[in-house]
Amino acid sequence: MYDISEDSHIVQLLKKVVGTAALSHTIHRGELTFEIGKDDLLDVCNAVKSDESIKLDFLHDVVGMDYLDLDDGPRMGVIYHLYSIQNAFNLRLKVRLDDGEHIPSVTGIWRAADWAEREAYDLYGIVFDGHPDLRRIYLAPDWVGYPLRKDYPLKGYKDEYNPFGEEKEDE
Amino acid sequence: MSENENIEDREELLSTKKVTISMGPQHPSAHGVLHLILEMQGEKILRAEPDIGYLHRGTEKIAENLLYHQFTPYTDRLDYMSAMSNNMAYVMAVEKALGIEGDIPDRAEYLRVIVAELARCASHLLGIGAWAVDMGALTAFLYCIREREMCLDLFEMISGARMTCSYMRVGGVRYDADQKFFDKVRDFVRILPEKLDEYNKLLTGNRIWIQRNRDIGAISAEDAINFGFTGPNLRASGVPWDIRKDTPYSVYDRFDFDVPVGEKGDCFDRYLLRMAEMRQSLRIIEQALDSMPDGPIAVDIPDVVPPAKDAIYDNMENLIHHFKYVSSGFTVPEGEVYSAIEGPKGILGVYILSDGTEKPYRLKLRVPSFVNLQVMDFLSKETYMADVVAILSSLDPVFGECDK
Repeated sequence: MYDISEDSHIVQLLKKVVGTAALSHTIHRGELTFEIGKDDLLDVCNAVKSDESIKLDFLHDVVGMDYLDLDDGPRMGVIYHLYSIQNAFNLRLKVRLDDGEHIPSVTGIWRAADWAEREAYDLYGIVFDGHPDLRRIYLAPDWVGYPLRKDYPLKGYKDEYNPFGEEKEDE
Repeated sequence: MSENENIEDREELLSTKKVTISMGPQHPSAHGVLHLILEMQGEKILRAEPDIGYLHRGTEKIAENLLYHQFTPYTDRLDYMSAMSNNMAYVMAVEKALGIEGDIPDRAEYLRVIVAELARCASHLLGIGAWAVDMGALTAFLYCIREREMCLDLFEMISGARMTCSYMRVGGVRYDADQKFFDKVRDFVRILPEKLDEYNKLLTGNRIWIQRNRDIGAISAEDAINFGFTGPNLRASGVPWDIRKDTPYSVYDRFDFDVPVGEKGDCFDRYLLRMAEMRQSLRIIEQALDSMPDGPIAVDIPDVVPPAKDAIYDNMENLIHHFKYVSSGFTVPEGEVYSAIEGPKGILGVYILSDGTEKPYRLKLRVPSFVNLQVMDFLSKETYMADVVAILSSLDPVFGECDK
């Protein structure tokens, strides 16, 4: 188990590999997070997976995010939780996106991203370019809206199946 | 190409055409509400596409609207075969966000480990039992259920509930265990190995069981990692990765246990691995019982842990404290954490983004059944209809968890 701190070996190594692609990095509760731009995403992912001394070969999860009103940055985001089985440490990559902005899919690097990206698309409406089969996964194909977004009401919208939902405001 | 093959090709074409059939969402061997869309040519599977979401309840949206402690019972309903493990994953994530994961008293950690390993046994017993009944071996199913019942009785003793335990709390556990419980656990530890030998006789050497599972749904270590396989399914492919060993959480680093691995990564290996894991779980439980420390069962942080239920009846301050805890919860410092445990079905991870209030801004569950199930198409290609049932059972998905 690696000690994750500012001057530990693995953090120095990661800084070198991620290089200038890193917009910022934070360490909170022993967890390392790199924020990167979406254009660098595939390069960084390939680099951290193939570099022998890092070898982040396992993708835990892809997390869709909606940062509405939380900070001044772009509204949406995608988070990747990576793990190296050989070296036993975690890394979090974070990409911030504007609403409607697309992001490249990492299914070509880790196939585990397949359903996880579909889930982020389903519940947040984030479009992953290059995904082999980007469809809704939990909700019905004709569902309107993205329920995990912060501006989607907890009760849902009122329709013939949901009499207790909120009225939809006309745009 | 020989003449014989030509004839076979032609017969295949003549006698069958491509059909698409639906297996589920109501199907006895679908392990819940799984809808599998099977594209078939004769008996051969061309494509198997899982269609999930029939049990989607929006757990993550619910979590964003609840206080941290109010969400614990919802985690019971994820993998409802092993509620204790889910509790543990969630409370550990909140504790990590609070920065108190190192302060949990030893007795609480030991109790957590015991019930989590019991949950692993219960989950594997049901997994193997349901799998056996899908293959036509009803006897093994009944035996497995019998031993699982012992686990559930133990859960009832310690938490008052058989399946939806909600036993763990942020900061510790809710109820202390008494000597009677420990004695019963020891009984279970003594009895289960004999019963596992019985299952061995029923299944491991059983010709039908071997033929239905050997070399079916095999996956290489490299593919398994790439697909995000975890838990027994990954280890059956020969990857000795177990979070309890590699990055130990709780007090797992104090126990001596092995991480069994398979060779081929087929259904039969996944079965053998679950059998082997139960024996290791019993080893852990036994060691935890032997070295069970005395002391408090929750950390002494009044913000996070309410007073014991008995203490509120005759003390006004305790009652106020209890009321305050229940109605307004506690705040969690800003920041994001990801915490994962080795659940019975694989890695169960919880990501929490806190904005400094009493409710999580975002809570994401990384559920093993969901990730394991996406490999269905890859494993089922070019197999037969009957093999799909074996493959599905060997992945051991639970839809409360998969659909969230």
